[in-house]
Amino acid sequence: MQENCFHCGNSCDQDAIVYDEKDFCCRGCKTIYELFANNDLGCYYDLQDAPGAIPEEVAGKFDYLDNQTIVEKLVEFDDGDIQVVNLYVPHMHCSSCIWILENLHKLQAHIRTAQVNFPKKTVRITYKSSALSLKEVVQLLSRIGYEPYISLDDFDKGKKEVDRSLIYKLAIAGFAFGNVMFLSFPEYFEVEEYWLEEYKHLFRWLMFSFSLPVVFYSGTDYFISAYKGLKAKILNIDVPIALGILVLFLRSTIEIIFDWGTGFFDSLTGLVFFLLVGKFFQQKTYSFLSFERDYKSYFPIAVTRIDKQNKSEENIQVYDIEVGDRLLIRNSELLPVDAILINGEAQIDYSFVTGERDPVRKVSGDKLFAGGKQLDGAIEVEALKSVEQSYLTQLWSNDVFSQNKDASFVNLTNKISKYFTSVLLVISLVATAFWIYYDSSMALNVFTAVLIIACPCALALSTPFSLGNMLRIFGRAKFYLKNAHVIEKLNDLDTIIFDKTGTLTTNKKVAITYEGMNLTEEEASLLKNTLRASNHPLSRSLYTFLASQSISTLDSFEEITGKGMVARQAENSIQVGSASFVGSPQVERQLQTTVHVKANEVYKGKYTFNNQYRSGVQKVFNALSRSYKLVVLSGDNAGEKEQLAKMLPKNTQLLFDQKPDDKLNFVKGLQEKGEKVMMIGDGLNDAGALAQSEVGVAISENVNVFSPACDAILDAEQMHKLPSFLLAARKTVNTIKYSFVLSFLYNVIGLYFAVTGQLKPVIAAILMPLSSISVLIFVTLLTNYTSRKLKLFKN
Amino acid sequence: MSVIYLLLALSILVALIFFGVFIYSVKRGQYDDVHTPAVRMLFEDELVKEENQKQSIKTKD
Repeated sequence: MQENCFHCGNSCDQDAIVYDEKDFCCRGCKTIYELFANNDLGCYYDLQDAPGAIPEEVAGKFDYLDNQTIVEKLVEFDDGDIQVVNLYVPHMHCSSCIWILENLHKLQAHIRTAQVNFPKKTVRITYKSSALSLKEVVQLLSRIGYEPYISLDDFDKGKKEVDRSLIYKLAIAGFAFGNVMFLSFPEYFEVEEYWLEEYKHLFRWLMFSFSLPVVFYSGTDYFISAYKGLKAKILNIDVPIALGILVLFLRSTIEIIFDWGTGFFDSLTGLVFFLLVGKFFQQKTYSFLSFERDYKSYFPIAVTRIDKQNKSEENIQVYDIEVGDRLLIRNSELLPVDAILINGEAQIDYSFVTGERDPVRKVSGDKLFAGGKQLDGAIEVEALKSVEQSYLTQLWSNDVFSQNKDASFVNLTNKISKYFTSVLLVISLVATAFWIYYDSSMALNVFTAVLIIACPCALALSTPFSLGNMLRIFGRAKFYLKNAHVIEKLNDLDTIIFDKTGTLTTNKKVAITYEGMNLTEEEASLLKNTLRASNHPLSRSLYTFLASQSISTLDSFEEITGKGMVARQAENSIQVGSASFVGSPQVERQLQTTVHVKANEVYKGKYTFNNQYRSGVQKVFNALSRSYKLVVLSGDNAGEKEQLAKMLPKNTQLLFDQKPDDKLNFVKGLQEKGEKVMMIGDGLNDAGALAQSEVGVAISENVNVFSPACDAILDAEQMHKLPSFLLAARKTVNTIKYSFVLSFLYNVIGLYFAVTGQLKPVIAAILMPLSSISVLIFVTLLTNYTSRKLKLFKN
Repeated sequence: MSVIYLLLALSILVALIFFGVFIYSVKRGQYDDVHTPAVRMLFEDELVKEENQKQSIKTKD
């Protein structure tokens, strides 16, 4: 019977540990349960079923937190007795997590308080530092399965100021709008009433004072943007808006000074308020994701240095590594610098750097590159370069990382506003000229009225609302965009480039095939039990692949690092490992990962690990090949070229052995030919290409885990929806175009009143919100309809 | 008749006070995370319930 672990929800094998009438998949989960149960924290399991995570081995991992200079950089507040630290905990995912993290003080009395910020997945812990060190806090979290992620990124950050100015501007505009509406209401109906006549001057000056902060604080962005646009000789959408705000304010002020009328303060404050609401709506951010990551988020904050003279170990910050330093890299630690291997057997996983999945074996004297992950035991290396000068980190000194991609992008609204503004100015001048000739007292009135009524509020709102709404829809469908402009860019693409490893293939599943003689039952059982004893990634995936066997103890077991294992049980012996280790009679085909088996001194056969392609890759390519040029750009060797060529459409270009720089330059080459490129990748090796392309999309198995800097993050499960997402982006842009037509209609109506000199404040006060709100409803309904029709939420 | 001036001044003052409080709370970061407090609010009850159950078990013993 398959039972699921009470703590983490993983399925338990036969070796389930039963404790307190509950099943646990491993000792780690059971220990956490025990800990919680003994501390009255059993409620953790009531809020959500199986909320936990299997705790990872942490011995030695956080030793660097003994180093006071590192601790100083990490803590937010320190008065010698109390320290406050804000830690990022990627595993946080449900209300149970919030509950247990906020009840940490029940587990450790020296923790004063812990406060979770769930959207950001951080926990701020206040603790008594004289009794409890940061290392102990972090170890406690790790022990209960909430290992915080501390990277080089945390080191430089310092305290970040949150920019809340848009909220302030919006709040002020809203506050003023509401009050001005009240104050201007009596005069809309122009009742010749005694008390109204008495107080209307007071009301008008109150409105004037309310509008001051709106114009000079809330509206500043529009003036600045219009000024910048004019300086660059671009008539962007903010030019007519700024003009409108300015004219509204000046005309209203003059009107109340000379007692000509009430002015348009209500329209003025309303306009700014609506515009800012649009801006606010578009500014949807996913605070738990980061689109700006570089190597610093992946790199460790500290490393163990071995003193050559007295052989002592100390933890130093990676920035302090100097050329010639002797470093100790433990199992599953990342190499922070380029180095030479001095001692130990290295199994380096370069998947971060090259995309190549299979670990590379290195021997003493070989050169190792920064970004590689040691998989097998501890090694000693000597640094060849400092952090900034290493091979991988140098990629980030390329210009693409410092350029602002959005700066050069002209969006649809600004493209149209060029014509809109010119036409508007022509109309106002023609109308003024006519009135100067016909009735010169009306000329100024008409001129200002045209500029007021034509202020493109509805036009300026339609884009943020349709893009903002689509951004949210995409977000719910697990396609997270950096900002709303990405949707417009998605609409306009020629070429789509895919990375292979991790993008088209999945790391979660491997297809394993067996070639050779059948194993006897005893041999099969022995093989499984041997694999069980090993921590090697290949052993682990082979272990999960093989049919389950009864657990038995091995009589002898030896693991030869980087080669394989020898095990013995009763009269059976087994050797598992590389071809040379086992003594395979066949000549090894270098391109695939294999594990060979020899039982009782007879060579039995080999297990071949093939990359498993994501489901639906073929469909996605077929659908996309109709409208886009497709390229597969892989850092891997050409081992699977034939299989790929068979699977994908004929005109797909396949390139292998691409280094990170090659990928970047390939994208650049296409762009020089005038093509718009979308790059889809997953690793740091794609980072250059992601930054260079018009739209860089990072595919992620788990969006909480790190992805390189990009414009969008796509949940790997949703890969098959890519054609639908692109179509939705196209339809959204069409929606914006329709809404432009609608807002032009309103402008024509308004212009009729303005040009004929009949624009009363009450007409402006009705027309402006009416046009804005109807355009807003129109685009929201249409984008929702699009998403439903394209079935973006169906799996 | 100047009571209307007083009333106007007072009403605007009250509005400004609320506005100031809002700006203050935004500045203090109270609106930075609107999700967690909503979840946290529901915890207290369950904690109390659990403690009650524990006590009742103890009394049985």
